[in-house]
Amino acid sequence: MKFSFTELIHRITDRKSWLESAGMFLGATVVGLLFGAIVIWSSNKSPIVAYTALFSGAFGSLYGFTEVLMSTTPLLLAGLSVAFAFHCGLFNIGAEGQLMLGGLAAGWAGYAIQGLPWYLHLPLALLCGVAAGALWSLIAGALKAWKGIHEVISTIMLNYIAFNIGDYMVSSNGPLKAAGIIPATPYVLNTARLLPIIPNTRFSGGIFIALVMAVLMGYVLWHTRLGYRIRAVGKSPSAAEYAGIPPRQTMLLAMAISGGLAGLAGAVQVLGLSYRFSSTFSPGYGFDAIAIALLGSLHPFGIVLASLLFGILHAGSVKMQQTAGVSNDIIYAISGIIIFFVALRGVLVNFQSRFSHKNATAKVQK
Amino acid sequence: MNILSVFNIGLLAATLRGATPLIFAAIGVTYAERSGVTNIGVEGIMLFGAFSAVLVTYYTKNPWIGVLAAVIVGGLLGLVHAWTSITLKANQIVTGAAVNLLAVGIPNYLLIAIWNQPGASPMVANIKPLHIAFLANLPIIGPLFNSQNLLAYLAIFAAIVGQIILFHTPLGLHIRAVGEDPRAADTVGIDVYKLRYLCVIFSGMMAGLGGAYLSVAQLSMFTKQMTQGRGFIAMGAMIFGKWTPIGSLGACLLFGFADALQLALQTIGVSIPSDLLMTFPYVLTLIALAGFVGRSAAPAAVGKPYDKG
Repeated sequence: MKFSFTELIHRITDRKSWLESAGMFLGATVVGLLFGAIVIWSSNKSPIVAYTALFSGAFGSLYGFTEVLMSTTPLLLAGLSVAFAFHCGLFNIGAEGQLMLGGLAAGWAGYAIQGLPWYLHLPLALLCGVAAGALWSLIAGALKAWKGIHEVISTIMLNYIAFNIGDYMVSSNGPLKAAGIIPATPYVLNTARLLPIIPNTRFSGGIFIALVMAVLMGYVLWHTRLGYRIRAVGKSPSAAEYAGIPPRQTMLLAMAISGGLAGLAGAVQVLGLSYRFSSTFSPGYGFDAIAIALLGSLHPFGIVLASLLFGILHAGSVKMQQTAGVSNDIIYAISGIIIFFVALRGVLVNFQSRFSHKNATAKVQK
Repeated sequence: MNILSVFNIGLLAATLRGATPLIFAAIGVTYAERSGVTNIGVEGIMLFGAFSAVLVTYYTKNPWIGVLAAVIVGGLLGLVHAWTSITLKANQIVTGAAVNLLAVGIPNYLLIAIWNQPGASPMVANIKPLHIAFLANLPIIGPLFNSQNLLAYLAIFAAIVGQIILFHTPLGLHIRAVGEDPRAADTVGIDVYKLRYLCVIFSGMMAGLGGAYLSVAQLSMFTKQMTQGRGFIAMGAMIFGKWTPIGSLGACLLFGFADALQLALQTIGVSIPSDLLMTFPYVLTLIALAGFVGRSAAPAAVGKPYDKG
């Protein structure tokens, strides 16, 4: 299976206007929610009751809204992760596995490393998460760069391996399991925690780390030589190579950064919310991230908005489940429809703006 | 404890049982890719197939009607994939990923909506192993056939017939031509879209069949995420098998063996933790892809939409 995302990246990133991206965002969201409503309705439940519960859960109280931001945090980081790889022409479906191992590494560093002040311990634990995610994604990057193995297959295989590693580490005889019956690591020390900054909520401020990463990603992609190289390889690896950009090294680096961001998502989640690693800490953030990256037109600002939308869905679904009896599995169905819609978007609105190979070459050589 | 004790005829029987769903899915994706369309949605289609089979069996009490339903649902999802990728020319990988996400959401949602059970469906009637007297009475390898049902034989049969059609009939020649050079095929009067539609719908039906095997033949129920990446492993088998049905059959048997071996080792209580043993088929897929695969075996036009112009 060989495949490049050149055309899709063109369609999504060479947008004619902000308006078009915004229209796509709203259109996909509405279609996704409508589809969800049909599924809810077809199971003899009221979509109005369900969605009212969802949005009142998300916006009805300060606590509810801080929960939205807490859900948004890993989604934003994972969305940036998927988008970053996309800009280099790589489809990182492995964000979930990288996130899992990032959370594991950060959780381990949070309790195993002792005696450091918080301003060293916390960054170190976060970095452990980044490193674990980056190293894991590098396996897929290397297989792609030197063996031509499509990253969609390799990252999925690596996902399952990562899930099993996570399970093993905290299984009954696992090396990182805390005493007791709960399959989790020991709690991380206070010096490694992102503690709540608003009283009576769980709001850790991790969202600010994610927002800084969004700004940083925009800067790197559009204002540095590295970003230029990554985008050039994403648009056309052969043209980039012709222009003197090494495609393999660039792909590896992009994959490592992408994995690092996913690892950070897991680390922030473990250090800022659960305070310990368990293999069930992510309800599939890495998979939602695909919808988020595409819905946000692969642009950091769009991804912030898209992750906020999914944060609302996730945080609100708790109340939807309690009040309306609608299970949060519906969110995956909504994500799926949103991805469908975005994939069709190029077809629906952008027929004529296909770039020829020649144009891409000219762009790279400019 | 003797580790060698797991290497017996029972292990081979388990190999075939583990390989059967993979063989169906792998033959399906082989045809789709040979015609020039990649379908990573097979993972999700298998899951939909597994669910539909259980749902219909639950109401009809007949697992074969369930299997039929899975094939139809798979074919319909294949039709959707064909429409988006061939007619609308959307990105095939992204729409395939969308199918996979839908498959995470919808069956799990319906599990709760229909049976109010998260995680697993109620038990339903299942497909019984087929007892063929002359095979079961064979010396030594007889036990290999005791635990197989009709679908296992069908899978092997499908691989052989699939190989013959693809490489020894005009239809197969046309499919390969469409996947290698659609423009040239079009010029000599082959209907590119029709063949691609047929192959992609077929890949959906086969994935549905593979999913049905998991739920109504192997387990007699549906459990959350029960395919566990088998659709992707089937794609790995297709690549490992060099895009041929017989090659895919061999690769699926290898992955089935890996799965059977890790299960057998778990059962005898080998000192490797079971969570790590479970990674064996996935690790093997990666190693097989990394170590033995040539880079240029894929059909030339795979993944590229064809514009009649």
